[in-house]
Amino acid sequence: MAKLIAGMGTSHVPGLGAAMDNGKTEEDYWKGLFAGLEPLRGWHQANTPDVNIIVYNDHATEFSLDSYSTFTIGVGESFKPADEGWGPRRVPEMLGHPELAWHIIESAMADEFDLAVNASMDLDHGFTVPLSIAYGQPKEWPTAVVPVCVNVIQHPLPTALRCYKLGQAIGKAVASYPDEITVGIWGTGGLSHQLGGERVGVVNPEVDQRFLDNLSKDPLANTRLSHTDFMREAGCEGVEMIMWNVMRGALGDNVEEVFRLYHIPVSATAYGAIILENR
Amino acid sequence: MEREYDNIPGTYPLDSRTYRKGYHVNMFLMSLNKAECRDQFAQDERAYLDTFKMKEDQKLAVIERRYLDLLKLGANVYYAFKLVSFDRQPPQVMYGQMAEPRLTFDEFQQMMLGGGRPINGNRSVEEWNNG
Ligand SMILES: [Fe+2]
Repeated sequence: MAKLIAGMGTSHVPGLGAAMDNGKTEEDYWKGLFAGLEPLRGWHQANTPDVNIIVYNDHATEFSLDSYSTFTIGVGESFKPADEGWGPRRVPEMLGHPELAWHIIESAMADEFDLAVNASMDLDHGFTVPLSIAYGQPKEWPTAVVPVCVNVIQHPLPTALRCYKLGQAIGKAVASYPDEITVGIWGTGGLSHQLGGERVGVVNPEVDQRFLDNLSKDPLANTRLSHTDFMREAGCEGVEMIMWNVMRGALGDNVEEVFRLYHIPVSATAYGAIILENR
Repeated sequence: MEREYDNIPGTYPLDSRTYRKGYHVNMFLMSLNKAECRDQFAQDERAYLDTFKMKEDQKLAVIERRYLDLLKLGANVYYAFKLVSFDRQPPQVMYGQMAEPRLTFDEFQQMMLGGGRPINGNRSVEEWNNG
């Protein structure tokens, strides 16, 4: 049977990817952050699973006002980095894991989750930046991926609790997958940030740290926050944090936090990363 | 219909109201994901905009790069990024332009390096009005 070894949460700020792509990580602005990420990268090197299920959101790249499902899962053999307006990031293609993806679709459907199925979606910074954060700049990514896209842009959004329950359904699906493979799950986006309007630049370390604490101490507390709570307290785009609930829901009751980094600013965002090992 | 989050100050979420108001301007912005559309827009901004069913004030806000006005006219910030990228500008230029008070690139960077805009005093329109 497949084994879900751990979850990671990380912000997916495009500037972080650009800093790596353009060789700026030694500059004063970035140095501290990348030094702080060293242990995270060490952990990933020592704990590379066969597949990572990566929960992200698409930022008007592949999905838009024309069509945006609440939850979409990628079943392609491979996925390309997307052109988001400045040309695609020059990072390797991502290999999919259609077998696991389809198993999740079937298992989740029996659990009342009807996931939209997509075979050809290009993946934007929401997906590729976390890969770069974890694995740096390899010629090929060390794991296959299953993309799970959550609509966190176009209201109405799924509730924080619904995201957690989707995670539980994914966790159950992984546990019943017949092959002996190891699997990781990542929640991406956040933490507090607001990118638009006169209030742009608002961040909230107190709310972010409580959210991070809750992931191991009281994960259900993070499911009781409304979208307005997130938007008011953690900025309009801080609502992305609900994607971390998918990651947390997939893990078991007992997790051990083995890494945390919190850093302001990355662009207009409070950067957060965490690794939770499944016990 | 009013929403619970309407009294968050200086904030423009994409919901059914902005969806309808901003549909065409956002679809224009989205089109800039494609290199051939960027080329067309670069050749003649006005002519390219005229191929979309946008309102005149939306077109002018695009041409004049008035980002806050764009949000007020229904654009969403994730879509607006495409225009910033088209101009090869860092996002902080747009952030600074939308901020109240308006900030330059450097001033916006400084605010963030100083810990960002504090949440206290910025939670609601009432907090803003009470200074
Ligand atoms: Fe995002």
